[in-house]
Amino acid sequence: MGDIQADITGQSATGEAGFGDYVQLLKPRVMSLVVFTALVGLLVAPVSLHPIEALAAVIFIALGAGGSGALNMWWDADIDRVMTRTARRPIPAGKVEPGEALAIGVALSGISVIMLGLAANWLAAGLLAFTIFFYAVVYSMWLKRSTPQNIVIGGAAGAFPPMIGWVAATGSVSLESLLMFMLIFMWTPPHFWALALFMKSDYSKAKVPMLTVTHGRRVTRAHILVYTVALVPFALAAAFTSIGGPLYLAVSVVLNLLFLIGAWRIWRRPEAQAEADKYRIEKRFFALSLAYLFGHFAAFLIEATPPAGMLAASIGWSF
Amino acid sequence: MTINRDHELHSRRWGRNLGVALSLGAFIALVFGLSVAKIQRGSLMQAADHTYRAELDPATRTPVVPSE
Repeated sequence: MGDIQADITGQSATGEAGFGDYVQLLKPRVMSLVVFTALVGLLVAPVSLHPIEALAAVIFIALGAGGSGALNMWWDADIDRVMTRTARRPIPAGKVEPGEALAIGVALSGISVIMLGLAANWLAAGLLAFTIFFYAVVYSMWLKRSTPQNIVIGGAAGAFPPMIGWVAATGSVSLESLLMFMLIFMWTPPHFWALALFMKSDYSKAKVPMLTVTHGRRVTRAHILVYTVALVPFALAAAFTSIGGPLYLAVSVVLNLLFLIGAWRIWRRPEAQAEADKYRIEKRFFALSLAYLFGHFAAFLIEATPPAGMLAASIGWSF
Repeated sequence: MTINRDHELHSRRWGRNLGVALSLGAFIALVFGLSVAKIQRGSLMQAADHTYRAELDPATRTPVVPSE
């Protein structure tokens, strides 16, 4: 019957999801970042896993992130419908039923945690379970709609993947994994507040208490600068641990300088000027923030290669 | 408007079924590969399987005698 109706109306939004709609439910762009950071955490660890175990660990961490993404979309469907940026997500677009999203989210979360425990170890699985809980319950259901600090505390969920990758390989948490965590944790607020500055009407329409809505744009600009300054020591400190090195330090110094200059320029300029040039500086800072995170984790990866080790040894780098 | 035998809905359903099938196939292959990898590394794969095995019985283990 449904098929006949569909033929008569010729509408494409039949409520029957395609596979791509399910993939969209898992937030593939967030997943790609999770895969990258978890893989780096796993590869820079001093213990090497069997390649298939490593592959399985990264896939299950990514599936866990996907599951929590589906749970987030299920819970946030009402505000996603209101915001321009999220209105085309599978649930507000009518492609996936909310119940389907909930079932997929719960199933993927459960499968990913159990399989990561079997593939790697139960500490890594426990951290993954906590991350999913933190993102789906603490951030999505509680913080996001109740406090302007939502991004700050909720950022922890995105910061866990490299630590989970490290723990999957080594079986324990260490200073290096904590610094990788702090790098993403402190990077998240400036990244999202820059986005909130130029996606200005979205959050107020949805009544999400972003800092821009509750405390104004001037305060948000100041917060971006403060968090960027606070981020720098964590980024640089990682250079003097086993995952860092001279190459990482050079990359980190350059990226942090650019990031600080960007944050300074955002803080200095008045709102009228930003509106006049359509938030050019804010958009550029947002793009730079992506390069900042990618650059740091790529540098960790390069430092784990033998040539980088030889370079460090040749200049007497001994951390 | 023409009534097509294969509506867009059918192709979408076919794509979804194919995607789910491939995902399940990949999952099975991954679990199989994982099992092979763990066995190759000599991980402990023994568990109770309803038959008596002396190597799993603490009472039959030889006590370690400290050397002088």
